[in-house]
Amino acid sequence: MNKIRTQLMLCGGTGCDSTGSEKVRQALVREIERQGLADEVEIVVTGCNGFCAVGPVMVVQPEGIFYQKIQPEDAPELVEEHFLKGRPVKRLFYKEPASKDIIPRMDDIPFFASQMFRAMRNKGLIDPEVIDEYIARDGYFALAKALNEMTPDNIIEEMMASGLRGRGGAGFPAGMKWKFAKQAEGDKKFVLCNADEGDPGAFMDRSLLESDPHAILEGMTIAAKAINAHKGYIYCRSEYPLAIKRLGIAIAQAKDYGLLGEDILGSGFNFDIEVYQGAGAFVCGEETALMRSIEGKRGMPRPRPPFPAHKGLWEKPTILNNVETLVNVPQIILKGGEWYASVGTEKSKGTKVFALSGDVANIGLVEIPMGTTLRTLVYDIGGGVPNKRKFKAVQLGGPSGGCVPEEYLDTPIDYEEIVKVGAIMGSGGAIVMDNHTCMVDMARYFMDFIQDESCGKCTPCREGTKQMLEILEAICKGKGQSGDIERLETLAHVIRRTSLCGLGQTAPNPVLSTLRYFRDEYEAHIEEKRCPAKICPDLVKFEVDPELCKRCGLCHKGCPADAIIWKKKQVAVIDKEKCIKCMSCYARCPFDAIF
Amino acid sequence: MKQKTHPLHPDISEDMWGKIDKIIASGKGIPGSLISVLRESQEVVGYLPSELINHISHGLVLPTSQVFGVATFYSFFSLTPKGRHTIRVCTGTACYVKGIKEAIGRIHGTYGIKEGETTEDRKFSLEGVRCLGACGLAPVMIVDKDIYGQVTSDKVINILEKYE
Ligand SMILES: Cc1cc2nc3c(=O)[nH]c(=O)nc-3n(C[C@H](O)[C@H](O)[C@H](O)COP(=O)(O)O)c2cc1C
Ligand code: SF4
Ligand code: SF4
Ligand code: SF4
Ligand code: FES
Ligand code: FES
Repeated sequence: MNKIRTQLMLCGGTGCDSTGSEKVRQALVREIERQGLADEVEIVVTGCNGFCAVGPVMVVQPEGIFYQKIQPEDAPELVEEHFLKGRPVKRLFYKEPASKDIIPRMDDIPFFASQMFRAMRNKGLIDPEVIDEYIARDGYFALAKALNEMTPDNIIEEMMASGLRGRGGAGFPAGMKWKFAKQAEGDKKFVLCNADEGDPGAFMDRSLLESDPHAILEGMTIAAKAINAHKGYIYCRSEYPLAIKRLGIAIAQAKDYGLLGEDILGSGFNFDIEVYQGAGAFVCGEETALMRSIEGKRGMPRPRPPFPAHKGLWEKPTILNNVETLVNVPQIILKGGEWYASVGTEKSKGTKVFALSGDVANIGLVEIPMGTTLRTLVYDIGGGVPNKRKFKAVQLGGPSGGCVPEEYLDTPIDYEEIVKVGAIMGSGGAIVMDNHTCMVDMARYFMDFIQDESCGKCTPCREGTKQMLEILEAICKGKGQSGDIERLETLAHVIRRTSLCGLGQTAPNPVLSTLRYFRDEYEAHIEEKRCPAKICPDLVKFEVDPELCKRCGLCHKGCPADAIIWKKKQVAVIDKEKCIKCMSCYARCPFDAIF
Repeated sequence: MKQKTHPLHPDISEDMWGKIDKIIASGKGIPGSLISVLRESQEVVGYLPSELINHISHGLVLPTSQVFGVATFYSFFSLTPKGRHTIRVCTGTACYVKGIKEAIGRIHGTYGIKEGETTEDRKFSLEGVRCLGACGLAPVMIVDKDIYGQVTSDKVINILEKYE
């Protein structure tokens, strides 16, 4: 008889998949069989656990022991020592970078300890390809309640009471949006899920799609009941093949169980969902563009009003919600709006998922209550800046957002508070930057992104961002002129006011926010032709300071052009003829000896 | 309408045309099917030559200008031939901050290709993509379907050498 006593929750998310979790799974299966434990120990391949940077990761339940960076070769030892003899393998435990403490249990690791899982409640706990596991965690209970015990108005009331605001960027109250669409007249209505996740540096939607696809289907179906829609689309970017695959599996299983399709749960309500693959255009995340794209056209935004709640996909009333927004819906229906609103700040309720990345020790997905400070996010959870470098800023909100410097790290996470310090909540990308980041270069980077992704429909965005980019490029090349900063500001304000869609309206934000906090860096570039962070290739001399050089040879090893002459115990010398200015030596030198 | 003759094209075999006609037939008359028809056709041929685009527009009974308009709008579609392997480097913010530039520089230095270019022997095409959603592993590179995380400029060439 099968008596499973231990479950190995092995992460099969995209991150761990690419660091080899499938090979680890095979090795574990082999070893478990060889040691005769197949009846007692079971492997469950889960979605992203959140701590991707130390992958492949595995959590052993019920004890909650967390293993990191597992390799296939570790399988024999793990199985024999831990699962047979009950002695967990210390060498694969998490080690706190600063204190070097070894922490065996997942819940005790600081990265997880301050988190609160609501949107990510099932992460790492279920096999996303098995519907029963979702149901075992109360999945589809909310749907049953919504269909059989609630009227559309009841549903909308709960959503309003929850205070849940759209997690895709703008933070519009979800309940309100649904209410408008419910009131709108139309023979057909649509529910759409925005799984485009165009924001670079954000990967929470991907992780939710991969680890808990049924929660999205359930959220959408509840929305459909609220507005009386019978057809839905999930617009998912084609860069996310695993998410697309798992959504497909989930849809088929839900239909099979009578939880999707005709006469759902015998309630007489019909709703069907289709996955629509995007084709790589950032602007398609914008709601009106996304709808045009589903119609098979170029994804160009159109002016609003009319709002999609009245005229959306194929001119019919439509609601579009972000993945994270929808994932929160089932629990709000099950536990009530009040329950959801019990956490957070006055105007921002519940939790928010952040994709923490960049120059921070603990990279991964983090879900925290609204009102938590940025400092907690970056230091307590993120573990601060590694490599003995200094924190410079955290970039929030991607190309529509801005940078928050050290002195504002005590800002609580809240839609309005974050706007006050010049950034936005956005979709939750949080990219930490250390003192090796040039803020003018970052502004140039974002402007390049926007310029590349502008659909070109309206002039201020198409031409204005081009001009801003040209000015920023000149500054980074050492060709900045006095008056450039003022020109940037003027352009920024015009583009903000006159662009048609959110892309253009927010495009100047990274420039304005870096100008607000790092104006001196702009000035150094323009007036002194100097890049204080030593990042802009044209302003770096590519010489080695013999005083600072510790003769370690690291720069030599990483030079792709063989341009660095170095012998043991000798100061490195750069051959400027051969150097292709790739900046690799600069990034490597631990002693800042290259200038 | 069944199309009997196919335009001659060196990169599209009769077998491929057969597959393409099936794809077109399955999308015909379905509103909004154009993008998926283009995607599936591109999967068959590797890119979208103009003869193919014409053929699709006839098949779906859509104006050629609309089909071209869509094919050029989305970065996923390519109208020029690709190398046998497509290297996709992530140029998203996390990867940028973590130094993808160095890796791109290394590829450029070794194979002489920049973003959007293909090597002369058509072995590699290099593309930049804006965030692959694996930012936890930044900097990230994908070759065909294999994802590689934390690609330092040293590692990148070793990885690419594995491809024939
Ligand atoms: C240029 C641009 C890109 C956007 N990209 C996304 C995206 O990738 N994902 C997303 O959920 N929302 C995106 N949005 C916001 C959507 O237009 C829309 O507000 C959101 O999906 C609504 O869902 P919510 O109310 O649940 O947040 C984008 C907006 C703009 C202007
Ligand atoms: S603001 Fe930019 S992206 Fe938006 S419609 Fe205008 S040109 Fe297109
Ligand atoms: S910048 Fe690049 S090419 Fe030049 S010396 Fe440094 S590592 Fe070598
Ligand atoms: S990496 Fe820095 S310290 Fe080491 S040899 Fe090069 S210049 Fe000198
Ligand atoms: S993919 Fe495994 S932890 Fe994120
Ligand atoms: S920024 Fe490169 S994967 Fe997200």
